[in-house]
Amino acid sequence: MAPRTRDAWLSRLVQVAFLAGVILLWYVATTRWGVNRLLLPNPVAVFGDLVEILRTGAYVDDLMTTLGELAAAFSIAVAGGLTTGYLISRSAYLTKVFEPLFAGIYAIPIILFLPLFVLFFGLGPASKIAIGATISFFPITLSTIAGFSGVDRLYVTAARSMGASDAHLFRFVLLPAALPVILTGLRMGFTVALLSIIGSETLASLGGLGHRIVTLAESMEMAPMFAYIVFVIAIASVLNAIVSTLEARGRWDR
Amino acid sequence: MKHASPSLWTALVGSLARRPGLARLLVIVALFVVWEIAARWFVDPLFLSPPSKVIASLGALFTTRGIPAALGLTLYELAVAFVIAVAIGLALGLAIGLQPFVRASVFPIVLLLYGMPQVTILPLFILSFGIGAASKIAFGVTHGVFPVVMTVVAGVQNLKPILMTSARSMGASRWQMFRHVIFPHMVPSFFAGMRLGMSGVLLGVLLAELYVSIAGIGYFTTLFTQNFEPAKLLGLVGTLAAMAIFLNALVRRAETRFGRWRTG
Repeated sequence: MAPRTRDAWLSRLVQVAFLAGVILLWYVATTRWGVNRLLLPNPVAVFGDLVEILRTGAYVDDLMTTLGELAAAFSIAVAGGLTTGYLISRSAYLTKVFEPLFAGIYAIPIILFLPLFVLFFGLGPASKIAIGATISFFPITLSTIAGFSGVDRLYVTAARSMGASDAHLFRFVLLPAALPVILTGLRMGFTVALLSIIGSETLASLGGLGHRIVTLAESMEMAPMFAYIVFVIAIASVLNAIVSTLEARGRWDR
Repeated sequence: MKHASPSLWTALVGSLARRPGLARLLVIVALFVVWEIAARWFVDPLFLSPPSKVIASLGALFTTRGIPAALGLTLYELAVAFVIAVAIGLALGLAIGLQPFVRASVFPIVLLLYGMPQVTILPLFILSFGIGAASKIAFGVTHGVFPVVMTVVAGVQNLKPILMTSARSMGASRWQMFRHVIFPHMVPSFFAGMRLGMSGVLLGVLLAELYVSIAGIGYFTTLFTQNFEPAKLLGLVGTLAAMAIFLNALVRRAETRFGRWRTG
């Protein structure tokens, strides 16, 4: 993605300058203006701690916990959401009954129910998997319903009149037509699963990256805490970038 | 329709087939029945209360010392955070969206910030703003402001250049252009942004409440969880969910009301 015009170059310059400005401001605030170290640690110290964490591999256990929870939650949500969505979308009547119901539940901030999940599943990974799967189930189901019921009737009739079997119809008409919408739902589901798992680790847990950040915050170890925040944001950006790329790959319509 | 043997059953099936809304209601009732049966006979009462008990305990819940105040406090945090998020989001969105160069430069930064998992910096909000209402409001604002900015920028971007050109050629001042061209065109996307902003504010405020709280609902959810009082916990969480649904519906109503001129 090479910027072509002069304006585009200028825009890039502004963005780089913005980033540099923020880091410079951060540095000056901690070294010259005497901002409390407990609120804002020195960026150099944070960078040192980040290198230290990466070098010693202290992050591995927490990262594995979080990624394991994410994998389990997302798998459950994908399996449940795609199946439920497909079955409901097969009937216009069921769609009318269930789609508004799911859309209504989707509007509720489900993180509210975290205390209940902790009560049922304990403080360990089980409650994170359960809440991540629940939260990510809804966008996946809704987009699966939208994808399959948005298929143009004309395509279905045309395929049928040419003698397509049920399997052929699904493989060559329904699935390709619904795929772009479903992929968007899968990406949204992945993003909210990641957010809710890190969030619930922050709120109540025994391990994982969110838990590590809270532990460091509670013991006022600000520099390593900032280093972990940077680490988690980097991990989340990489994961989101991978998922977005996969989504774009799978789409044939743009 | 055929009525060979006009029994109650065929009448029921017939009316259900015609009214999906009724069937939806039945599904919800069925879910409550399953919950009631499960909680009464199969699940440890320390962990789950049947809905009948939850509803019966609502009265006791609302007379519990501090609960009405906690709900009021949460509502207050939501309202303040929403107003601030919409005001900042509108100003930022207009500032970014109206100038193509600013949009090209700054908008990617906004997108980048929006994509970050904000919950990782929740402890920082508590450290900077304390454990009172301020940190909840601040966290709600940072969650709500981005969707508003995004939709305002998108709304301004969708403005047809010909409308601006023709208004300018007829000698409209900057203010007149804003009042009569930009503003009416922005209204639908602005209200869509307010709806998304409301979801964001709800998420932010409730996350911060659940994380640490001394007088808000987060305090009571922790208390009820630790004391194994599932009836009260479910009642409180249910009340908050109802509140969230109500606030979302309110903003959605406003959206359809003010977006109407375009389709009508």
